[in-house]
Amino acid sequence: MEYFLQQLINGITLGSIYGLIAIGYTMVYGIIGMINFAHGDIFMVSSFIALIVITALGVTVSTGLGMTFLALILVLVSAMVIASVFGWTTERLAYRPLRGSFRLAPLITAIGISIVLQNYIQITQGARVKPLQPLIADGYTLMTRVDANGEFAVQISNMQILIIVVTIVLMTIFSLIIAKTSLGRAQRACEQDRKMASLLGINVDRTISTTFVMGAALAAVAGLMFLLYYGVIDFFIGFIAGVKAFTAAVLGGIGSLPGAMLGGLVIGLIETFWSAYFSVEYKDVAAFSMLAIVLIFLPQGLLGKPEVEKV
Amino acid sequence: MTDTVNSPSRAGRHFDIPKIAKDLVVTALIATAIFGSTIAFRTVSASGGLSLELRFAEAFYVIAAVVFGRLLLWIFFWSKAPGQPAVSVPTGLKQGFRAFGAKFGKVFGPAMLLLALVFPFLPTTDRYLLDLSILILTYIMLGWGLNIVVGLAGLLDLGYVAFYAIGAYSYALLAQYFGFSFWMCLPLAGILAAFWGIILGFPVLRLRGDYLAIVTLAFGEIIRVVLLNWYQFTGGPDGLSGIPRPSFFGIPFNRSEGGFADLFGLDYSSIHRIIFMYFLILVLALITNFVTNRLRRLPIGRAWEALREDEIACRSLGLNTTSVKLTAFAIGAMFAGFAGSFFATRQGFISPESFTFIESALILAIVVLGGMGSQVGVVIASIAMIGGFELFREAEQYRMLIFGLAMVVIMIWRPRGLISTRIPSIFLKERKAVSADMVAQGEGH
Repeated sequence: MEYFLQQLINGITLGSIYGLIAIGYTMVYGIIGMINFAHGDIFMVSSFIALIVITALGVTVSTGLGMTFLALILVLVSAMVIASVFGWTTERLAYRPLRGSFRLAPLITAIGISIVLQNYIQITQGARVKPLQPLIADGYTLMTRVDANGEFAVQISNMQILIIVVTIVLMTIFSLIIAKTSLGRAQRACEQDRKMASLLGINVDRTISTTFVMGAALAAVAGLMFLLYYGVIDFFIGFIAGVKAFTAAVLGGIGSLPGAMLGGLVIGLIETFWSAYFSVEYKDVAAFSMLAIVLIFLPQGLLGKPEVEKV
Repeated sequence: MTDTVNSPSRAGRHFDIPKIAKDLVVTALIATAIFGSTIAFRTVSASGGLSLELRFAEAFYVIAAVVFGRLLLWIFFWSKAPGQPAVSVPTGLKQGFRAFGAKFGKVFGPAMLLLALVFPFLPTTDRYLLDLSILILTYIMLGWGLNIVVGLAGLLDLGYVAFYAIGAYSYALLAQYFGFSFWMCLPLAGILAAFWGIILGFPVLRLRGDYLAIVTLAFGEIIRVVLLNWYQFTGGPDGLSGIPRPSFFGIPFNRSEGGFADLFGLDYSSIHRIIFMYFLILVLALITNFVTNRLRRLPIGRAWEALREDEIACRSLGLNTTSVKLTAFAIGAMFAGFAGSFFATRQGFISPESFTFIESALILAIVVLGGMGSQVGVVIASIAMIGGFELFREAEQYRMLIFGLAMVVIMIWRPRGLISTRIPSIFLKERKAVSADMVAQGEGH
C-alpha cells in the first residue's frame, strides 16, 4: 500500500511533465491537423536554455529559498521566451510555406527540424549528459511503515509539489485563455473551419503562430521541470519524451486540452507502475502498447469527440 | 513614397527600404535569441558542478551571417514587384527544359540500369565506391519497398526500419541456431517480416493517416527496445557477430580449393565477394522494382492507388480496405525483410544501433523527396541523400545537421518531391504523365 502510494506520487509528477508537453501537440494538431514532430525537441532545447541560465545565475542548493525562487522565475521566463522564439521560427520557416500543400509535406519538414535541433544542440552544447545538482531539497514524509523488512516512508519532495502546483496553475491559465479570451476564440474558430475564420476577419496565420508559441512556452515549463526533477539532460531527451507526450495527447483525445493533461497523467502512471512492479527496461514498450490499444478500441481518445468522416 | 518611385508596373527591382530594414532588425533579434543563447554559452562540466564557456565571437558571426543572408535574399529574390515571379526564367528555356526532361526521363531508367550493370568493372571503380554503391542500392531497395506502402497505398509508415531489423535478425539468428545458409534464410526472413507486418497491421490499419504514423513509429521503437533488452536471445546492445557471409550459390569466397577464385581460374581477391554482393543487392532491388511495377497493374495494385486517392470511395465500391492495406503493408515489410537479411550478411555484425528511428526517417525522406509513388525518384533521392551523406563524411558532426536542413529545404522547394508526375496504370489509347497539380491529395486517410 505504501509502496503503491509512493509510486502514485511519482507517477503523477511524471505525468504532469508529459501533460505539459502533450498540450503543445494537441493544440497544434487541433488547429492545423499536423503532428508537430519537432515539439519534443523544442522541449529539449528549452531544458538546455534553462540549464544555461541556471549556471549563469549561479544558483545552487545553498542559495536562500527566496533567492532560489526569484532565480527560478527568471529561468522560467527566459526559457519560455527563447523556446517561444524557437517555436515561432520553426513554424515560420518550415511549416507555413507548406500550408495547403499535401499532408505528408509538413510532417517531413517537422522530422527534418527535429533532426536539425538535436544535432544543433549536440554540436553547440556537446554530446555528453549534463548533470545538475538538485536545487530544491527536502520534502515531507506522508506516512511511515515499520515492519520486518525495515522502514518504508512515503515521501513527497518539494520538487514534486512544485511540479504539480505549477502544472495545475498553468493548466488553469491556459484553459481560461482558450475559453475566455478573444485569442482563444480565434483559435477555436480556426480549429473548426480555417477558411470561414479567415472570412470573418481572423488573422489565421497569426493565430497559428500564437498556437505554436503557446505550445513552445509550455514545453519550456516542462523542460525546466524535467531538468530540476531528474537533474540530467542530453540532446536526445526530446525524442522519447515527445513520442510519449504525443501518445498522451492521442490517449486523451487529440485537440482537447483537459484530455492532454489526463492522457499525460495516465501515461506517467502506466510508466511508473510498470517500472515499479514489472521491469524498468520495458517501460517504453508498456507506454507504446497502451497507445496502440487505446487507438484500436477508443480511436477518439478518452475525452475527444468522435470524428465524422466526410467525403 | 517608394511606390511612386518604383511603381509595380515598372519592371526591375523594387526596394522598400523601411520594410527591409525592419525585417532585418527582427531577423537579427530572432537570430540573437536562437544563436545567442545556445552558441554564446556552452555548459561544461567543471569541478564542483557546471560552468559556462563563453563564445560570443562565434555567436556573433553566425548571427551576422543570418542577417546578411536575409539581406541577400531581399536583394536578389524578394525585391521584384508584386505579382512577378522571384526569378524569371525565359519561356523558351523553360520549354526547352521540359522537353529535355521528357526525353531524359525516358532514357534515364535504362541508362541507369546499364550503368549499374557495368559499374563494378569500370576502371575508376575501387573498393570504396563499390561499398558506397552497395549502400545506395540497399537504400534504393528499401525506398522501393516503402514506396509500396507510402507511395502506392498512401499509408504513412514511420516504423519501416522495424521490418528491416526483423529481416536482419531473422537471418542472423537462423544462421546462428540452425546453421541455415543465406539462400535458405533470405525467403524465410522475407516471410517472417511479412508475417510481422500482418500481425502489426491487422489491428492498426483501420486508423487514420497520422495515427497510423505514430503507431508504426511506436512499433519500431518497441522492436528496438526488445532487441536491446532480450540479452539471451538477441545479444542485447552487443548485437550479433560472426554472421556467415553468403556463398556463390554454395561456392565459398575463399582461398581454398573449390573456392570461387579457384573454380573459375581467377587469382584470389577479396573484391570478388564485394562485386558479388553488389550484384546480389542489385538483383534484389530490381526484383522489388519489377514486382511493384507488375503489382500496380494487377487489381490489387489498382486498389492500393484507389485507396490512396479516396478511401471512402473505395469502401463504397465494395473494396475490403483492411485486406487491401494489409497486403500493401505485408509486401512492403517483406522487401524490408529481404533487404535486412542482405544487410546482415554484408555487415557480418548487427546490433540494435543500426535500426533507430533515424533510419526510418531517412527511408521515408527518400520516398517523399523522390516523389511519392515514383520509382525513378527513389533512385535519384537515394543517390542524392546517401551520396551527399558521404560527401560530408569529413564533417562528421555537421552532416546530420546538414541532412536535416536539406530535408526541410528540399521539401519547401518541391513539396511533391523531385519527380512529381504520375504515370497512370490504366489509360485510354495513350499513356500520359499526370502532373502533380492535377492529382488529388494522395495523403493516406
